[in-house]
Amino acid sequence: MSHPSKAAEFLKDQAKSHWHDETLWFVRDKRDKISKSIPEWENLRTLASGLKDYVLNNLDSLLLDFEANAKKNGIHVHWAVDAEEHNQIVHSILEKHDCKAIVKSKSILTEECHLNPYLEKRGIEVVDTDLGERIVQFLQQPPSHIVLPAIHLKKADISKIFHEKLQTEKGNEDPTYLTHAARLHLREKFLKAKVAITGVNFGVAETGEFVVCTNEGNADMGVHLADVHIACMGIEKIIPRRKDLGVFLRLLARSATGQPITNYNSHFRSPEPGKEIHIVLLDNGRTRQLARDKFKNSLKCIRCGACMNTCPIYRRSGGYSYGSTVPGPIGSILSPGIDVKKYSTLPFASTLCGSCSDVCPVKINIHEQLYEWRQEITKANPDLAKGMSMKMASGIFTSPLAYKISGSLMRKSLKALPKSIIYNPLNVWGKERDLPNPPKESFKEWYKKNRP
Amino acid sequence: MSSRDQIIQAIQKVKPDNQTLPEIPEFRVPEDLLATFILSIEGNKGQVVSKEDFSSWLKEKGYSKILSNSDRLEVSNLQILPSDPHELAELELAILDGQWASAENGAIWLDDTQLRLRAIPFITEHLVITIPESNILGNMHQAYDKIGAAHSSFGVFIAGPSKTADIEQSLVIGAHGAKSLTVVIV
Ligand code: SF4
Repeated sequence: MSHPSKAAEFLKDQAKSHWHDETLWFVRDKRDKISKSIPEWENLRTLASGLKDYVLNNLDSLLLDFEANAKKNGIHVHWAVDAEEHNQIVHSILEKHDCKAIVKSKSILTEECHLNPYLEKRGIEVVDTDLGERIVQFLQQPPSHIVLPAIHLKKADISKIFHEKLQTEKGNEDPTYLTHAARLHLREKFLKAKVAITGVNFGVAETGEFVVCTNEGNADMGVHLADVHIACMGIEKIIPRRKDLGVFLRLLARSATGQPITNYNSHFRSPEPGKEIHIVLLDNGRTRQLARDKFKNSLKCIRCGACMNTCPIYRRSGGYSYGSTVPGPIGSILSPGIDVKKYSTLPFASTLCGSCSDVCPVKINIHEQLYEWRQEITKANPDLAKGMSMKMASGIFTSPLAYKISGSLMRKSLKALPKSIIYNPLNVWGKERDLPNPPKESFKEWYKKNRP
Repeated sequence: MSSRDQIIQAIQKVKPDNQTLPEIPEFRVPEDLLATFILSIEGNKGQVVSKEDFSSWLKEKGYSKILSNSDRLEVSNLQILPSDPHELAELELAILDGQWASAENGAIWLDDTQLRLRAIPFITEHLVITIPESNILGNMHQAYDKIGAAHSSFGVFIAGPSKTADIEQSLVIGAHGAKSLTVVIV
């Protein structure tokens, strides 16, 4: 199913999609406020981007340093060319320890590899321990956002599934009540698990350590109680030096949720006495993306989710409309790199307004890459591209006003856009909306009032 | 060919000319470090008490299962450090000494030497971390300058209590880890 048709599905529940839109805007707004409180914000972004350029240009030596140092620290290092090999490695470690139940903290990478179904098929119980991930796991859904996995759900939905799975009071929708029920339930799982799996936010070549950031503390609860810690890491997550963490940790949480830092930032260098740490380094198409000059920058991503929160299409159409592990603007340039046929409609799921590039803490030129992918896809498949551009043409680009403000102005005052543009009934992403009221003010008047 | 060599070769095939590693400049830090630090901790939903007020704070709370690794605070009737962290499942309060703190975001650094058992700050119901005022630095860059060369086998920046906003973005304190963080300035 293409992005437009899935988006139409999501838009059927208007109240919910409107709520989704507003909620993500609220997160984006928090990010704006906190970034403005740091005078060197733009310097930090430039630095982070430069550091990541260095990483992409020296990935071979940094990975080899990382491996050598990690091994010196007593960590087992594994390499996987693809998802299949990654899953096999994880499974073989579990088999060696005769482990039938694991706890896992948030890891987009294991989603990418479809690790859960792989292990479940082999009789292993996988418990996702991030609250949002546990909720979607109960519902047998994938996360709809990389930082806020259950952002598409209302508390009534969560109350219902918790009543069913955790026997909470029927109809009790209080977030504190529900969270504490999950706490008790997951504590039992933490106390029993022999193996814990985590993702990795940063791997440090200089020291061979890796860093995992959470607010809930679920990654740490899992690994410090288990005997074996398996950390699954994309090869692009490497950074050169320990001090570079200062730059990235200052940017990550501020960009993600508008908080100054995640409450737990754990640095793993060697295992606790008597325990084991394994790192699985995964390629799965990353070296292919590295070879594509126009798209290799997408590998700088630190998975903060800011480009999703700011994207008018993502906010309106929901994470599932993308049908890929990483949704939103960055997902729309990463996914075609993995399977261009399957994800051919994603680069068209954008107004090219550039807001994603503006908020990206590592300065990925996301909207330019979206445009480049459109060119590539058009070249490879003219028919498809024609269909997509027809749909595009019926939306935002038919209006000269929309076209004009889709440039720099839109970037600066996205929220203040007249609703008639984002919710234009002819716009494929606004399909199910009622006809908007005609604008009460001219563009000039509107601009005067809303300019930043 | 091993997967490792395959990956490394694929990278080397497209490796561009060398590029220099950017240096991290010094950034301005807040003037009043203590005040900024306190604001940051409170923003992260923790609280700050002074050393003088600590014993009355503790008395008021009335915790009975307390573990302390602190050399800075005197607390009586403590639990004995177990060898297996599972035995800490019922722990009500842990008291640990922080090494360095960053004022801009409230992050406090602890490593194996203070933790002894890595699970302690996470499994405990409530957490107290001490920090000397003179160990409060301006930002994360200064913090990494201090800890950069240390060989901690495990280290963590803790900035607040365990929290989540996964249900409709409503903030709830006490997801899996400690339900409160109290920082004692010593
Ligand atoms: S592309 Fe940039 S903004 Fe989007 S998730 Fe990655 S780092 Fe964040």
